[in-house]
Amino acid sequence: MMSGIAVSTTINGDEVEFLCQAEETLLEVLRDRLGMTGAKEGCGTGDCGACSVIVDDRLVCSCLVLGAEAEGRRIDTIEGMADGDKLHPLQQKFIEHAALQCGICTPGFLMAAKDLLAKNPDPTEEEIRFGLAGNLCRCTGYDKIVRAVQDAASVMKGA
Amino acid sequence: MRYARPRSIEDAVGLLAAEEGRASILAGGSDLLVRMKGGFIEPDLIVDIKAIEDLREIRETAEGFRIGAAVPCAIMRETPALKKAWPGVVEAANLIGSKQVQGRCTIAGNLCNASPAADSVPAMVAAGARAMIAGPSGTRTIAVEDLPAGPGRTSLGKGEIVTAILLDKRPPRSGDAYLRFIPRTEMDIAVVSSGVNLTLDEKGVVTSARVALGAAAPTVLLVKEAAGAIVGTRLEEAALQALAENCSAACRPIDDKRGTIAFRKKVAGVMARRAAMIAYDRARVK
Repeated sequence: MMSGIAVSTTINGDEVEFLCQAEETLLEVLRDRLGMTGAKEGCGTGDCGACSVIVDDRLVCSCLVLGAEAEGRRIDTIEGMADGDKLHPLQQKFIEHAALQCGICTPGFLMAAKDLLAKNPDPTEEEIRFGLAGNLCRCTGYDKIVRAVQDAASVMKGA
Repeated sequence: MRYARPRSIEDAVGLLAAEEGRASILAGGSDLLVRMKGGFIEPDLIVDIKAIEDLREIRETAEGFRIGAAVPCAIMRETPALKKAWPGVVEAANLIGSKQVQGRCTIAGNLCNASPAADSVPAMVAAGARAMIAGPSGTRTIAVEDLPAGPGRTSLGKGEIVTAILLDKRPPRSGDAYLRFIPRTEMDIAVVSSGVNLTLDEKGVVTSARVALGAAAPTVLLVKEAAGAIVGTRLEEAALQALAENCSAACRPIDDKRGTIAFRKKVAGVMARRAAMIAYDRARVK
């Protein structure tokens, strides 16, 4: 008897296979089956964005995706953001601007900011604030996050 | 719980019709997974419709647009011809949730979730949108406003599934708009809302109009008296006043933490009035 649904997918460029139950979310699969604990569960209902990942170039809350839906998809998570030891400009700027305190929201913010800059490399402050409205942070008050994203955008444009 | 990913509409209908337990359709999942997480429903079978090619595309036809039931709202925003023809519907669809949610949620799902406060539904009702339905006894097409039967309830029968939303081709000088009142600037549920769709003659006189209200009654309302108040006018002050009064009078809202009955009635008129002015400006430049 099969112990679950067999899923083949691609995560951060690597082919990955896993078994999951029908009701398991992609977030649960990433964290509990694959040991990728970068994506966090804040609310579990798509309100806070702490579990944000990118599926086929589309930013989603992994708590609102079933693990079984990952079949044949291409998933990018925070674990694939840095290039080896070299941090992504967004990660670097989050550190420089102290755009985090407790850090729970940070992986989600980084994935959302990465998606935002991929679609709009030169966003206004307003576009950044609206673009990141699906990510909640209870520590920073957002200003430092917005500044970090602005700074990273200018670095990435120059690169 | 079981998970199925059929490749055809026939297979999806077959699975839903044959299921003896509770079956739920999964498109974007932004309502379904939240309800499962909250323990409000425990489906025995989930039918994921996203592998059905036909449901995953927006097709422009001689009659207008056919938006497949599995098309995320973000794709609507990224389809210039649809955005140009029906800006109000596209904007309403992209007020739902966050960027994360918009990459998954669908207008067919928003309709079938049957919330009175669903953002895309008043815009669709104003647009005269229709829902294509497939079921065990064949296919049928109904007006969008005939699908919700009450909060969380639809008129769909067992085994039936909404396959697409149809939007007509636009006559010249037509415009639509949707506005909602929320106490924040983003990421909230409408306290009250309105969609307006109208067509003008060459002199700028409204020749036809549809006005819909959200979060104002158990289901989204199509307010014919409000539309009647602006047909034959150029949206002069008296016409806008009559539009707003008719909207306020049609409301049968609830009192809750997000708004009182009196507030919803008043603001329904304000939203309709402002949406009508935006729709009018859009119709004039086309």
